[in-house]
Amino acid sequence: MTPDLAIALTIFMPAGATLLLALLDKYPNARETVSLTTAATLFLVVMALFQDLNAGVVLTSTWFNVLPGLPLAFEIEPLGMLFATIASGLWIVTAVYSIGYMRGNKEKHQTRFYICFAIAISASMGIAFAGNMFTLFIFYEILTLSTYPLVAHKETTDARRGARTYLGILIGTSIGFQLIAIIWTWAAAGTLDFSVGGILRDKIDPTLLPFLLALYAFGIGKAALMPFHRWLPAAMVAPTPVSALLHAVAVVKAGVFTMLKVGVYIFGIDLLAETGASEWLMWLAGFSIIAASIVAMTKDNLKARLAYSTISQLSYITLGMALATSLGVMGGAMHIAMHAMGKITLFMCAGAIYVATHKTEISEMDGLGRAMPFTYAAFLIGALSIIGLPPLGGSWSKYYLMLGAADTGQLVMIGVFMLSSLLNIAYLLPVVARGFYLGGRPAHALSAAPSSRGGIQEAPIWCVVPPCLTAIGCILLFFYAGDIYTLIEPVAFPAGTLPEGASLP
Amino acid sequence: MLSALQPHLPILQVLVPFMAAPLVALFGNRQIAWTLAFIATAVSFAISAALLAQVIDGSVISYEIGGWAPPWGIEYRVDAANAFVLLIVSFIGALVLPYARASIEKEITKSTHTYFYTCYLLCFTGLLGVTITGDAFNVFVFLEISSLSTYALVAYGADRDKRALTAAYNYLIMGTIGATFFVIGLGYLYMVTGTLNIVDLGERLSSVGDTRTVRVAFVFIFIGMGLKLAMFPMHLWLPNAYTFAPSAVTAFLAATATKVALYVLLRFSFTVFKLEIPFEALTFQYVVMPLAIAAMFAASFAAVFQGNLKRLLAYSSVAQVGYMLLGISFLSHTGLTAGIIHLFNHAVTKGALFMAVGCIVYSVGSARLVDLRGIGRQMPWTMAAFVIGGLSLIGVPLTVGFISKWYLIQAALEGGSLVFAGLIVASSLIAVVYIWRVVETAYLEPNPPGRTYREAPLSMLLPTWALVAASVYFGVNSELTSSAASQAASALLDSTTQTQMLELFPTNPELNEGDAE
Repeated sequence: MTPDLAIALTIFMPAGATLLLALLDKYPNARETVSLTTAATLFLVVMALFQDLNAGVVLTSTWFNVLPGLPLAFEIEPLGMLFATIASGLWIVTAVYSIGYMRGNKEKHQTRFYICFAIAISASMGIAFAGNMFTLFIFYEILTLSTYPLVAHKETTDARRGARTYLGILIGTSIGFQLIAIIWTWAAAGTLDFSVGGILRDKIDPTLLPFLLALYAFGIGKAALMPFHRWLPAAMVAPTPVSALLHAVAVVKAGVFTMLKVGVYIFGIDLLAETGASEWLMWLAGFSIIAASIVAMTKDNLKARLAYSTISQLSYITLGMALATSLGVMGGAMHIAMHAMGKITLFMCAGAIYVATHKTEISEMDGLGRAMPFTYAAFLIGALSIIGLPPLGGSWSKYYLMLGAADTGQLVMIGVFMLSSLLNIAYLLPVVARGFYLGGRPAHALSAAPSSRGGIQEAPIWCVVPPCLTAIGCILLFFYAGDIYTLIEPVAFPAGTLPEGASLP
Repeated sequence: MLSALQPHLPILQVLVPFMAAPLVALFGNRQIAWTLAFIATAVSFAISAALLAQVIDGSVISYEIGGWAPPWGIEYRVDAANAFVLLIVSFIGALVLPYARASIEKEITKSTHTYFYTCYLLCFTGLLGVTITGDAFNVFVFLEISSLSTYALVAYGADRDKRALTAAYNYLIMGTIGATFFVIGLGYLYMVTGTLNIVDLGERLSSVGDTRTVRVAFVFIFIGMGLKLAMFPMHLWLPNAYTFAPSAVTAFLAATATKVALYVLLRFSFTVFKLEIPFEALTFQYVVMPLAIAAMFAASFAAVFQGNLKRLLAYSSVAQVGYMLLGISFLSHTGLTAGIIHLFNHAVTKGALFMAVGCIVYSVGSARLVDLRGIGRQMPWTMAAFVIGGLSLIGVPLTVGFISKWYLIQAALEGGSLVFAGLIVASSLIAVVYIWRVVETAYLEPNPPGRTYREAPLSMLLPTWALVAASVYFGVNSELTSSAASQAASALLDSTTQTQMLELFPTNPELNEGDAE
């Protein structure tokens, strides 16, 4: 497969599948087969590209100029590969889960749901493989627009209001700030191509760098940096598979991924470190981490709590970039993967609980763990990974982030990471504890249901297996973190030199 | 045969629709009338495409009417700037006709259809004539041809809603004032130079220098054209005229009339006055720029609160004219390019949007927002067209609106101001609000029970989608429009004007590069 073809496939295959999905509107089983097959095939193509990348093949593809000098161009590099692998891999899981959830809840407009979902994945692939900031921006906006109908899915007043906030903030920040930042970069540097070491050195007055970075950092609304984080809780009105897609796979990861790309390939880590242009961002990200965690503790709605947790965790990655050190970038990149796996587990568990019991508030979930042991076990593992306990994936990314903070001598940031881990424990583990220890037999008489097996009443199997799989994934990531390290190494350490204290896991 | 006609293309551009107009009226049969009109507009389109192909490399065609050499005779002069505008006008004109056929069936009494086509062709002729002619007085003549027929076209809306008559009357008064101001300005110019040929005017004015007469002439022409192109706050005729005119007329006018007036303003500002009097540059910097920004915000805000879709889009048009004027008021090559490319992009987008609204009027019989609840499911193609057009209005990537925004912001940043860049994006975010009101109403509101509407006929949907496709195609691949707009800007900025700009903005890097793009 030539790179041109493979890259085009990753983008057009999910988009093309929407036609089939639309045609198969009346045949749900065939429709779901199409959706699953596309997801699996996409993953295979991405894996093939992964191998090519490892083999050192140059993977670029240029389509045509949109504006003079500004082509739609693609180039596969390690960060993008990581993001694409996560997005395409977790799409399979989410696709399986969606079947259980959408059917279990008898949702309407399922075909529209699957179509928008596929377009969102297409857009994510475009973002992952974009070869310049211009291409990335185009797919970024497609992702925003294609997920709007997903958020507004239920068409209720609440859903509409939430979707309005979602679209308002994401479009507002991207056109209001990011577009200006991109055009500014274009005017100053004369190029928008991603290149290791950045394109802005000597092109722009160093005193203006923090402002340009601010336009980018706030313009990438999908990274949910405070104060532009409101869209994420607002989007909680969506069905849970959408939340899983938004919070683990596509949207927020696209945001922080863009943030890393801008830091590494537009500004360049060295330039940021020399000029200190990202120092303010580091403090803001640190504030975001703590503040969002505290807000999460006050939320009784499980999905809302997870949403604020996401805001907090995303700022880890922004912080990793803002530290302007190789280890920070490494930690940030790893956290994209680790957090994706952990958070999708948590959301799918929340969805499974909703499908089985129609409960959304944590205070109502006392004792549910005994009825839904698999769901709760998966939740526990996901939570522990987010907290960062070995042997779960999340521990590695925190390890590198802290190393990065130590590397730059930002001791306060080490404190932020530690405090945040404690807060994670405080808002995630009570959910599990209540499930297993509090309450007598669930008062809603689940056990009286005729189909109960020894008091166990899980959600449909389509809803339970996926979170269990991703929970196992969290454990596996702990042992395979070395692969991610090797993948990201050329980006984080462009000179090829490993600093002291950094070792392969 | 064709090659024999080749040198006469400039005059045929105007002559074909002009001769077709009385023929259409004479035949009196709707079917024949439509066919003739369609052939005339299609031929016009072909001619303008051929003309643009000839001048896109920067050359100029000069055609002497009756063999009288300019500046004594009337000259038709085609360069990249007006060839581009000709193409826009004839493209939209040819697309609207197939659409109009079904649309006016519902909106205009059948017995007057042939006269409608006559007026339409006259208006079309006028707009093409204004654009192609190289003679200042000829501009006025064609302007009146197009304006008078436009008033009649708007008044045709009275078959559905009597308020169209007041709207047309209002437009008549304002338009006449505009034309009068314009011709007074011409009088002053003739007084000091003794010529009416546009190129000749430009040369002779250089030797006249900065006199009060020249300044007064500029002001009269500026205000006259400002009225015609709905420059804020002289836009008051526009919302009503667009709202009450028949849908096909609205689509045609919104995409062409204001654009042509803007072209005339550009032509006089840069080819005749050439920024040689300081007063002109000051006008652009201290009058046009603030007014443009005021338009972008005031009109966009007004659009947010409209309950009628046509009126909403009309206000949006006023705002979009603001974008074009803002681009021009930067007085730089990029700024002009931005203004001119938006002229095309907006014509395509607004044409598509008004056509989509026309489809709604055809099926629903109303363009009020409250009547459109849940219509997205019953008229999926129409509403999808509207949504794509709306996205282009917002400036979402892969639509033409994005290309316009890109150039505009680039021009603003070259002018050294982040503030203007911020204002541009801020006002386009207001577009998100008014477009999304429609989207939510059409898709997320429940459909009132027992109400079913059918999709508009194919003859209306196809032209609509042709424009939608154009607004996506030129948004995905803007090489053609970008280079045409850049050439057009270069054609307007001859060497004198460029020198003047350099004196005004010595540090502007884009000007030093000339028309490198």
